[in-house]
Amino acid sequence: MDPKNPKWEDRDRFVLSKGHCSPALYAALAEKGFFPKEELVKFRKIDSFLEGHPSMRYVPGVDMSTGSLGQGISTAVGMAIAGKLDNKDYNVFTILGDGEIQEGQVWEAFMAAAHYKLDNLIAFLDRNGLQIDGKISEVMSPEPVVDKIKAFGWHVIVIDGHDFEQIVNAIDEAKKTKGKPTMIIAETIKGKGVSFMENQAGWHGSAPNKEQRDTAIAELDAVLAGLEV
Amino acid sequence: MSKGIATREAYGNALAEIGADPRIVVLDADLSKSTKTDVFKKQYPERFINMGIAESNMMAVAAGIASCGKIVFASTFAMFAAGRAFEQVRNSICYPALNVKIGATHAGLTVGEDGASHQSIEDIALMRSVPNMTVISPADGVEARLATIAAAKIDGPVYLRFSRMTSPILFDENTYKFEVGKGVTLTEGNDVTIIATGYMVSEAINAVEMLKSEGISARLINIHTIKPIDKDIIINAAKETGAIVTCEEHNVFGGLGSAVAEVLVENYPVPVRMVGVQDKFGKSGKAQDVMKLYGLTAENIVAKAKEVIAMKKA
Repeated sequence: MDPKNPKWEDRDRFVLSKGHCSPALYAALAEKGFFPKEELVKFRKIDSFLEGHPSMRYVPGVDMSTGSLGQGISTAVGMAIAGKLDNKDYNVFTILGDGEIQEGQVWEAFMAAAHYKLDNLIAFLDRNGLQIDGKISEVMSPEPVVDKIKAFGWHVIVIDGHDFEQIVNAIDEAKKTKGKPTMIIAETIKGKGVSFMENQAGWHGSAPNKEQRDTAIAELDAVLAGLEV
Repeated sequence: MSKGIATREAYGNALAEIGADPRIVVLDADLSKSTKTDVFKKQYPERFINMGIAESNMMAVAAGIASCGKIVFASTFAMFAAGRAFEQVRNSICYPALNVKIGATHAGLTVGEDGASHQSIEDIALMRSVPNMTVISPADGVEARLATIAAAKIDGPVYLRFSRMTSPILFDENTYKFEVGKGVTLTEGNDVTIIATGYMVSEAINAVEMLKSEGISARLINIHTIKPIDKDIIINAAKETGAIVTCEEHNVFGGLGSAVAEVLVENYPVPVRMVGVQDKFGKSGKAQDVMKLYGLTAENIVAKAKEVIAMKKA
């Protein structure tokens, strides 16, 4: 990718299929220099291009407008097909939520990706076990997820989603996997690193107040300091 | 009038005609023999992609391919293109304004024997309500070909509405001028204006002749582009003839009649009658029998024309 040329045609593509995770995407794009970090504080405000869900028309570095669950994975399949048609060697990355895979369209997309042997498609499943109404296992269980996705013709890798080395290794393995798409199932903890947010479905889409924010940042700073040792 | 052709067939032929452009990619959902995209497939198999019976996925895949610089034609029956996949069309294609052309065939009642489950009478309403979408409903094979070629040149989403049934060729392929967003006056007249789209243009042509034999001078306008609609041609017709009848193979709620009425009430209100499906589901039967049952005929257009003329004088 190239922050100075976000539409570079040979770039790797990224589709945030779980579009509600936009704050993380925007923060990463700002960090990479796609737009000034000052813009981040205007998230979801009327005078900002940082929509509640990502728009490829407004946000440099966003390759597809997402937000309506289940559609992002299909658009990623389309990008991977285009890459094959043009004999380009870019990869298409996408992140799905584990609640999102309750959408039937996701399985239509999985079927198509395997059928067309899209080995340039690397998907992540953010498996935190929670959705808006509570635990996924209680709302509508998609299990056995690993077996199902394997049965759909994908190469499946299960990792600890908080371990960067495992993430990097999984991507390497996915790139070496030929003839089929790869699903990296990342076991995660929602709200990881903030004591009062961890594994709480209630924090799915709500913002902390000022006090909670300061506590959260202090806890995350401590985690960060630990990583840098 | 030469032997007819179904507009879906003209669409398939047109895709093959413009298919040499390497940017063109055609998707279908297991209906390529019916939508006629198989004509393109035979010539350019490497750029034809069958997505199986999974229309929702197909529309979003089309968006993804288009985002990489392709001109994507995605085809299935109108029922599934505009109905089943509505939200994918809205969110993945129209919101980012991607270069996807939806070739929707088997629209309206003339699907005939398949019955209500396959007779799309809501697709114009659905598609024209989405920002960034252009909606085109060709009247014959000549117009269907030109609309397909024109759609490929538009940078953005287009909904193309085609019929299953063979219908008469109405226009001269050598002289007919087609411009997206411009209505076509087919007959001049002063007493009433008939505004038609799609297959109903051919019924309206017959209605104009029948009215003429009774001494009524009817203007006939073909609105092939329902969105963006040609406001000027409609407002002028209202001013000059004072009464309007709309004709469409679609529910009168949200279709051409509604689109014309929206223009009139804001600019120059005159009496209007709408020939179309009166908010009912269709029925199985031979296409012409179904059309007759629901009043989508030249005879009914004539009756409605007389009604609006009477309202004008009252």
